[in-house]
Amino acid sequence: MVNYTPSLDRTFAALVDPTRRAILARLEREDEASISALAAPFAIKLPAVMKHLDVLGDAGLVTRVKTGRTVTVRLCPEPMREAMEWLNRYERFWSPRLDRLAAHAEAKETEARAAEEASE
Amino acid sequence: MTSLTLVRRIAARPSIVFDALTTPEGISVWWGPDAGPVLIAETDVRVGGRFRVRFRLLDGSEHESSGEYLEVDPPRRLAMTWRWLGGEEAAGESLLEFEVRALPEGAELTLTHSRLPDEPARDGHRDGWSGALDKLERHFLKPTGGVPS
Repeated sequence: MVNYTPSLDRTFAALVDPTRRAILARLEREDEASISALAAPFAIKLPAVMKHLDVLGDAGLVTRVKTGRTVTVRLCPEPMREAMEWLNRYERFWSPRLDRLAAHAEAKETEARAAEEASE
Repeated sequence: MTSLTLVRRIAARPSIVFDALTTPEGISVWWGPDAGPVLIAETDVRVGGRFRVRFRLLDGSEHESSGEYLEVDPPRRLAMTWRWLGGEEAAGESLLEFEVRALPEGAELTLTHSRLPDEPARDGHRDGWSGALDKLERHFLKPTGGVPS
């Protein structure tokens, strides 16, 4: 087991693709799966799935273990957790601010409409 | 690609939303933390102009951010650099973009905060960088395509 923390950039780049997210979601449900089992639901060919797994592996999100002729893929949740903590930190900053901005703009809109009606 | 995007639908016309984003009066209402005042709100809304906002948290600590307007296209688009001044959170410059799209019932506001540092300060900004929301978590964990039915 290599003790290695990949950068958030790589984690997010890996997560941005829907096929890769689908692979991760499945591994979250099933703990582990063979590459051919992972590839089965997709309309893309095995080499394309292998490429997706390379990206996920480089981001530290999955590990691959070869047993005989079968390669088993497992989820490594730690980089995902770090990425989520990072995102949450920024979202927690902005979300309440945007809510207040929206409430303020809506109050201004009500004022503007009242003023427009009064001048008609 | 370390960026955050948030979208809000607002029952107000785009010009009012844009004013809320750019006028000191508007900024004083929303920029600060939930409790605690905005002390300074200065804006020079033109390309190359600067903004500066300072607010105080309930613990008495004061925080200031500033930046330069890169794009000013009212009421549709606003882009600016963003930097915390001093203290631990001074983690370099990031990019803040606002898009305002007209809707029949008002406006849709999209915020994108990008070029964010990997490791923002964990302390000294508790109100700022912490709270509760897990919408993006769900977004990232949910497969949204790629699986043929």
